[in-house]
Amino acid sequence: MVRQMVKSNWLRGLALLVFALLAMSACSQNENVIRIGVFNSLTGGTATFGISSTNGIKMAVEEWNARGGILGKQIQLIVEDDQSKPEEAAMVVTKLINQNRVAAILGEVASSRTLAAAPIAQRAGIPLITPASTNPKVTKVGSYIFRVCYTDSFQGAVCARFAVERLGLKRLAILTDVKNDYSIGLADYFKRDAQLLGAQIVSEESYSEGDTDFRAQITSIKGTNPDVIFVPGYYTEAGLIAKQVAEQNMNVRLIGGDGWDSPRTVEIGGTAVEGAFFCNHYSAEDTSRMVRTFVANHVKKYGYVPDAMAPLSYDAAELLFTAIQKAGSIDGSKIRDAISQTRDFPGVCGNITIDAERNARKAAIMLQIDQGKLKVYDVIQP
Amino acid sequence: MKLHGVTRTLLLSLLYIAVLAVLGQTLIPFIGPYYTQVLIFIGINITLAVSLNLILGFAGQFSIGHAGFMALGGYTSAAISFYFLGPLLAQLGTGGMIGAVGEPAALAVALLSGGIAASVAGLLVGIPTLRLRGDYLAIATLGMGEIIRVVILNTDFVGGARGFTDIPRWTTFTWVFLVAGLCVLVVRNLIASTMGRALIAVREDEDAAAAMGINTTRYKVFAFVLGAFFAGVAGGLQAHYLQYLHTNSFTFLRSIEIVVFVILGGGGSITGSVIAASVLTILPEALRCAESWRMVIYSALLVVMMLTRPQGLMGGREFQWSWLIPTWRKK
Repeated sequence: MVRQMVKSNWLRGLALLVFALLAMSACSQNENVIRIGVFNSLTGGTATFGISSTNGIKMAVEEWNARGGILGKQIQLIVEDDQSKPEEAAMVVTKLINQNRVAAILGEVASSRTLAAAPIAQRAGIPLITPASTNPKVTKVGSYIFRVCYTDSFQGAVCARFAVERLGLKRLAILTDVKNDYSIGLADYFKRDAQLLGAQIVSEESYSEGDTDFRAQITSIKGTNPDVIFVPGYYTEAGLIAKQVAEQNMNVRLIGGDGWDSPRTVEIGGTAVEGAFFCNHYSAEDTSRMVRTFVANHVKKYGYVPDAMAPLSYDAAELLFTAIQKAGSIDGSKIRDAISQTRDFPGVCGNITIDAERNARKAAIMLQIDQGKLKVYDVIQP
Repeated sequence: MKLHGVTRTLLLSLLYIAVLAVLGQTLIPFIGPYYTQVLIFIGINITLAVSLNLILGFAGQFSIGHAGFMALGGYTSAAISFYFLGPLLAQLGTGGMIGAVGEPAALAVALLSGGIAASVAGLLVGIPTLRLRGDYLAIATLGMGEIIRVVILNTDFVGGARGFTDIPRWTTFTWVFLVAGLCVLVVRNLIASTMGRALIAVREDEDAAAAMGINTTRYKVFAFVLGAFFAGVAGGLQAHYLQYLHTNSFTFLRSIEIVVFVILGGGGSITGSVIAASVLTILPEALRCAESWRMVIYSALLVVMMLTRPQGLMGGREFQWSWLIPTWRKK
């Protein structure tokens, strides 16, 4: 009796396995299209970024397909979810390359997932463009790995140049999030470039992501009498820091990085973030024709104003499709060569030139918070 | 002829190794990188599930820090390969003997050091925490896993928050299943020994076991250390396969995933763990066609499986070949 029961369950397990294997082979393939793979975090910790990025890519594909596709073939997008996990990213990229036989890959917002996937694409000779991974190591993986955003080092340098050259301020303080690699990277390059430009770093303080009280650090910074406090963290802490700086009646300018790009900055900071600056990839309020068209189309299709991930990913897709068109082939090495020859490509987030390290050389935008809205204050060329 | 004990195990092990070697040469090039990768993750997950089963299923200690040991083993072995073994191999060159045995030998050394590092951590953590029982132990191991992860996150020479890149790619199908087979063999033989009986006694009733003269803490710590060792080796295999490590891979969600393998397969059943780890690795891949419904279907299947078989697939039993034979005779 017992033996019978156990056996039937063992068979049930086996049936499940067979079903699974059958389902695996069921995905069909069409040869008359150009297949492009996308891997993004559609579920998990950073799902909002992944979904936004995928939406941007889908917009580009629809526009190209409406115009007749690439090389006379329609683009077929194969989107895979990596659940915000690095090992899952490696799994789906292997699948995209070997099962779906994609010509090229777009993906991952987070550097950790791009880094897990990049060696696989490099080994297979399939070009991979990441829309928003800013870690400098990403494109060092190899000759097939590109990015269309700027790196942490460039962003830090831009903020330093803005403070010293554009605003003419020389006494700088830095308040870094020590738990966050992005924040440390930005702070390091800000410091280096500011000192090269002859400014003085009067104070360096730190906090950890999740802190809510920054008064001790701010009091200590106040004692050194700075003109600028550079806060290269994320929006929640940035808003709180701005509030607590305002409490102390200091006459300083606040400057931040693209981690401030969220409506939450103004929600949390309120009037305290008025007049603060931060560096970003694009502004939805930008009046240039490309941005206006993109934002209008995005609102029409998805019903909301996009964050920076959507236009960056849109640019990555546009750049890739243009390169395939120019290469005249879906051969990996030809597409790679075409991508690396990209010069002054007009993107929503500024003109992109791919440099010898396969990074994008492009302008950064400095936004100022003005009556709760974001205003383009300056465009800084590389 | 009936073979017994050591001879039988030895022969079976040799047969297993031979089959693996043949499969590695024939099957792997045939099925391509994607299915190979699925197989490799199955092997890694089997190692993790069986080693946790020793702690959770046989010794009855509810540990949810397995991903922490995995992380420690992975990072230790990766650091040793990256800073020491990799450059050493490059210096020795690829000619002759070294070309043939260099990589496997280096991987063996790296995996062993990863396993040892994880088991040392298991010992240090196990001695104080295994005095706790049930929920308290679960929370203590959860905390331990997070501590390991956060320490690694702040250690710069293994990449810190940026992740550890450029780890040599030495893991192969054959290696993964050698380790999985070794793990199964060790746990199976341990359970059949006096020590295993003592572990099961501890699980069934700790006070009664202590009254019978079993040093309960010693046995619990032993199971914990051995389980941690294999988790560390599994971490090393993953590191040398993906060539990249990031602490996000080793959050407590990963630990929970391994607990699910054990519970679903049936605590105290090695074959149960093997089947559950295999099915639950294949299932999310097979369900990719369902796109955004994938994880919903996957989770729903977990719920259904638990409702229909709350004791797990195998319910504490092991698969026996004899189950298959009487079926034909009866009909």
